[in-house]
Amino acid sequence: MNIEKNTEKQRLNFWEKIYLPEIARGLGMTFVEMFKPKVTRQYPEEVWNPTGSYRGRPVLVLEEDGERCVACGLCSRVCPALAIEVAAGETEKTKERYPIKFEINMLRCIYCGFCEEVCPEEAIVMSKDYDLVFEKQEDAILDKDQLLIPMAQLQDRLEFLRQYRR
Amino acid sequence: MEQWLVQSLVLGLKMFLIVNGLLIAAAYLVYFERKISAWIQNRVGPNRVGPLGLFQSFADVFKLYLKEDIIPTLANKGFHAIAPVISIGIAIAVYAVIPFGEYFYLGGEKVYLSIAPHINVGLLFILGMSSVGVYGLTLAGWSSNNKYSLLGGLRSSAQMISYELSMGLSLIGVLMISGSLDLMQIVQAQNGGHWNIFFQPLGFIIFLVSAFAETNRTPFDLPEAEPELVGGYHTEYSGMKFGLFFLAEYVNMVTACAMMVLLFFGGWDVPFLYEMLGLEEGSVLRALVQFSVVVGKMIPFLFLFIQTRWSLPRFRYDQLMSLGWKVMLPLALANIAITGTIMMIFN
Repeated sequence: MNIEKNTEKQRLNFWEKIYLPEIARGLGMTFVEMFKPKVTRQYPEEVWNPTGSYRGRPVLVLEEDGERCVACGLCSRVCPALAIEVAAGETEKTKERYPIKFEINMLRCIYCGFCEEVCPEEAIVMSKDYDLVFEKQEDAILDKDQLLIPMAQLQDRLEFLRQYRR
Repeated sequence: MEQWLVQSLVLGLKMFLIVNGLLIAAAYLVYFERKISAWIQNRVGPNRVGPLGLFQSFADVFKLYLKEDIIPTLANKGFHAIAPVISIGIAIAVYAVIPFGEYFYLGGEKVYLSIAPHINVGLLFILGMSSVGVYGLTLAGWSSNNKYSLLGGLRSSAQMISYELSMGLSLIGVLMISGSLDLMQIVQAQNGGHWNIFFQPLGFIIFLVSAFAETNRTPFDLPEAEPELVGGYHTEYSGMKFGLFFLAEYVNMVTACAMMVLLFFGGWDVPFLYEMLGLEEGSVLRALVQFSVVVGKMIPFLFLFIQTRWSLPRFRYDQLMSLGWKVMLPLALANIAITGTIMMIFN
């Protein structure tokens, strides 16, 4: 059998084995690194604006004549974390159905975007909101008023979906 | 006023200044450790509490005071409580003999810049005290009733005993040159640029490496090796008890740097500085300059300690032991022999 030996003796020469020059080299490396530009973003002051592909808090699209949602319940059905609760109501308009109740529990939501994918009306989309803070568990359950966002604010995401959704 | 009263007042003031100065210095070392680590990793570091984050360490200490103090149910409560006290107490006690300068006259009274000046076993006192310091860590590990703590404590005792030997032996060359154990005289022997580093480069390297091991700093921080031992000897400590271990580590770092400056880099000696500034011996200004020279010389070493932590990986335990016993100890002995031979030839 031809076993290749890989001992410390073979790998390192004398100067490497007495450590100190190599340690000095390493220290020099970290010293140079100290003066390179920093990568930290000072968050609350410098806010990051995600692109359209970002999956933040799911929201409902609000058009001029009301919400797009027709309360079909597919999002609620597909949600793997069971975060969405929908109750449907009927109106006299051409679009006969609307949600009486639409709640997303943000403690359950895993931002997978399945609700958006499954929605036939493109009514629920992922927004760019990522700094969600709740002081009580009850506050984390967002109702329809909190979920409805005017369509103008969601243009990036809607364009992204038009371009890449199959 | 009675002379003894003045003397004890001055002594009390000196102790107050040194203890508080040390604790504040340790707190700021933590701040700089975090800053430098951040810079090395292309981050910014603490910058929220106060300007440039300068009050971060005070916020940290304040937080530690407010935290719940948890004692494990089956811990030996007495020892568990006393271990951090031993750690920090010993770390600070060393400063009784460390001089930060010579002396100045205050109203006819000679005031030395150390608590116990001209102690003729000063160096031995420091070495002895730093060996007692291991009791703090070992007791902490033992009394916590936790296998990781125990392993950390045992590691620290083995490591400290191994490296104490080479540390002590590395200093013998210095002692042979200066002919005294009194730190003041060791510094005075280096006056005028005859710093020991030029005569004892090998001794200095051995001392430096041993000092890293003695203070439990990376690459020798096995007693608290996070990936293996959770937190090592202080796993079961919380609140300010943990904070005391933390402070003790940094105070030990300052001690090691002070020893390097005093023993190898001439202490407060800078050739021609005092003559150029025209400072007479015994003046307050001269003492102040001496103090700042010592502190100024310590800063590069403190920086080295911190930078090393963020540059080097940790040694394996067998590597640590073989380095200590098979490399450092023979080198230290060889250093003594070489120093002795050269001194014999030139005298």
